[in-house]
Amino acid sequence: MTEVRNELVRKRYAAERRFRFYGAAALGLTALFLAFLLVDIVSKGLPAFRETSVEVDVTVDAAEVDPANLAGGNYDKMIKEAFRAEFPDVKGRTERKALSALLSSGGADTLRSMVIADPALIGKTVTVPVLLGDDADLFLKGLLTRVKTTAGAMPLHIAQLDGEEGFVLTGDKAGEEAERQLGLAAGDVIRFKGGALRVTGPQNGYLKAEPIFAPDPAITTLAAGQWDVLAFSVPESNRRISDAQVLWLDQLKSEGRIETSFAWRLFEAGDSREPELAGIRGALIGSLLTVLVAISLALPLGIAAAIYLEEFAPKNRWTDLIEVNINNLAAVPSIIFGLLGLAVFLNFFGMPRSAPLVGGLVLALLVLPTIIIASRAALKAVPPSITEAALGVGASKQQAVFQHVLPLALPGIMTGTILGLARAFGETAPLLMIGMVAFIADIPSGFTSAATVLPVQVFLWSDLPEMAFQSRTAAAIIVLLVVLFALNAVAIYLRKRFERRW
Amino acid sequence: MNAPVHHQTLVTPEKPKALAAGQFKVTARDVDVFYGDKHAIRKLSIDIPDRAVSAFIGPSGCGKSTFLRCINRMNDTIPTCRVTGDIKVDKNDIYDPKIDVVQLRAKVGMVFQKPNPFPKSIYENVAYGPRIHGLAASKTELDEIVEKSLRKAGLWEEVKDRLQHPGTGLSGGQQQRLCIARAIAVNPEVILMDEPCSALDPIATARIEELIDELRQNYCIVIVTHSMQQAARVSQLTAFFHLGTLVEYGDTDEMFTAPQEKRTQDYITGRFG
Ligand SMILES: Nc1ncnc2c1ncn2[C@@H]1O[C@H](COP(=O)(O)OP(=O)(O)OP(=O)(O)O)[C@@H](O)[C@H]1O
Ligand SMILES: [Mg+2]
Repeated sequence: MTEVRNELVRKRYAAERRFRFYGAAALGLTALFLAFLLVDIVSKGLPAFRETSVEVDVTVDAAEVDPANLAGGNYDKMIKEAFRAEFPDVKGRTERKALSALLSSGGADTLRSMVIADPALIGKTVTVPVLLGDDADLFLKGLLTRVKTTAGAMPLHIAQLDGEEGFVLTGDKAGEEAERQLGLAAGDVIRFKGGALRVTGPQNGYLKAEPIFAPDPAITTLAAGQWDVLAFSVPESNRRISDAQVLWLDQLKSEGRIETSFAWRLFEAGDSREPELAGIRGALIGSLLTVLVAISLALPLGIAAAIYLEEFAPKNRWTDLIEVNINNLAAVPSIIFGLLGLAVFLNFFGMPRSAPLVGGLVLALLVLPTIIIASRAALKAVPPSITEAALGVGASKQQAVFQHVLPLALPGIMTGTILGLARAFGETAPLLMIGMVAFIADIPSGFTSAATVLPVQVFLWSDLPEMAFQSRTAAAIIVLLVVLFALNAVAIYLRKRFERRW
Repeated sequence: MNAPVHHQTLVTPEKPKALAAGQFKVTARDVDVFYGDKHAIRKLSIDIPDRAVSAFIGPSGCGKSTFLRCINRMNDTIPTCRVTGDIKVDKNDIYDPKIDVVQLRAKVGMVFQKPNPFPKSIYENVAYGPRIHGLAASKTELDEIVEKSLRKAGLWEEVKDRLQHPGTGLSGGQQQRLCIARAIAVNPEVILMDEPCSALDPIATARIEELIDELRQNYCIVIVTHSMQQAARVSQLTAFFHLGTLVEYGDTDEMFTAPQEKRTQDYITGRFG
């Protein structure tokens, strides 16, 4: 008898342990996925919150700026010329282009606003922090290639062979030993005062190199310490920055002219084709306007509908049907609402495309069922004894609902609404349908101007080939997540703060 | 209005049935109540006198609450509930479409089985009724009503220093007295109590019973109870319900000593129920 009972008890405990293990395992797995996602996004996105610029002394050429039209001056040309002038050795067309490519065209805006703010600068030389181009920026953040710089530990002989392209590198010993002895591999860059060479590899028993910056023919031997080796983790053909550009940036960096600062631009600029100039302000404001329209429609409508259905509507076949359909509506894929918006608001009512007004209308339809369901649940959760008490002292039904039931249900309604709002904020698909997916560089100025929203901006950027946009995408996702977490936090706070017991 | 001449006789009525029909506060004739198809009350007729406590007793599910809730039309809130027949309070048919149910409920107050104070302050709980009925012209008048009601409910001394505290923070017995104060704050003439002590301990119950005994000087009180002792202690008249019918209604002492009906006898002596 006790045997049997012990056996049963043992089994029961085992079952409980097993169940706990399953639960913990499921939780662990979920946490792992989530952590992976977060780490991935944050590590990708954080670099986009910083931007790099180089200080260039620019002479504001009076010939290029018309004092009557300060904004129209060719500031880009001035900056590029000033920058090139700092590298007099760079002569060829392609080299000069590669040099200019280090700079972003955004530098012109900086200089333009400086001159507009102080026209006395015309004819003078000013130090302008010129934003670097996206590739230079990524390189300096270490995202394109890792570079390992080591000082040459032994003498290096450079010889230019007659009748042959390139140079031969030798250490103290010659021939096959050389490569091993010097520790050089194909793709490494040798930098020294007056020139730079790229190692191409062993050829006919020689270690050969090609010029990046052709050295003075007089240089034949470099003593230990006179030369550096730059080893790259990504070969030049696979990266978006050339060896020459790396050397230029290195030079600027060693001169202490590269500055890194917080990228306010990300929050101040609209979309742009240039990744380093692109910001999320347009999308953020578009989101704000859209959600504002959505919530100012869905909230009163949803609460009114919920109160009517829950407290006043007769319980009959029609209200049952309505209830079932509201639940169905909540489960309709969001893109259908987009199609509806396209057909009704754009095609039938002729509202403007890409406008936050239309987006808000569509999102209002989308979150309405959620709000109604949440509000009804909150109203239902208020015990009927409260209504009875109110009715018992002679309150009318309406007084009982609005003075007793609704205040008690409000935290629940608010929670539901904020979660609906968060859903609206993160919704993408229906907005694609109504044209909020266009490239829009301007910050939207009103409810009918063309706009996009944050999640759609993420969608747009994630599609672009530039690597810098991937970083921006992750940064935009971070902002989106922060906003959503903040909304959820407010929902939790409201629930905790106004939760009442009865 | 009833002439108050009959008070003395009614407090310990010799034979309530001897009263002329006009002296009853609540009269019901041939009342039937249905919940959908369920016939909950059958052909019920009763005359309830003013300024006395009438107790409704009977086994569970016999329709005591149902009939009680007919008297202030609380049943209106149940969509399936249908009432036929004639119920009059002060000779006014309360199911007359012209009657204002809000006024009726102010006149016929109710105290529920489970204390259900509003989740607001003690003061607000009592002040709510007078406020919506416009019984107080000023804040001081309202304060007076609140104090008077709480005093009548025997709660004033316990809560006068914490009127702004939530009503839900009181003990169960205090909450029930608060609910009584809330009910009497709107000057009702009839107070319906559905098992007001069933959620309370014996000491709190004793306090409520004392209170009921004091209140009957001024009100017509109907109380549903499952406790024979309670019915015997607080009521002057007792009505025994069984399976939706009123089996017997009469003087409490007589009912408990010499019931007319066999079923009443069996129930009182605990043979069923
Ligand atoms: N809302 C309702 N819908 C349907 N039937 C109901 C409803 N309320 C009560 N009834 C039924 O009506 C009958 C009388 O119920 P009632 O609540 O009046 O009984 P009671 O005498 O108060 O019982 P108790 O002593 O247990 O409170 C019961 O059979 C009950 O099932
Ligand atoms: Mg009952």
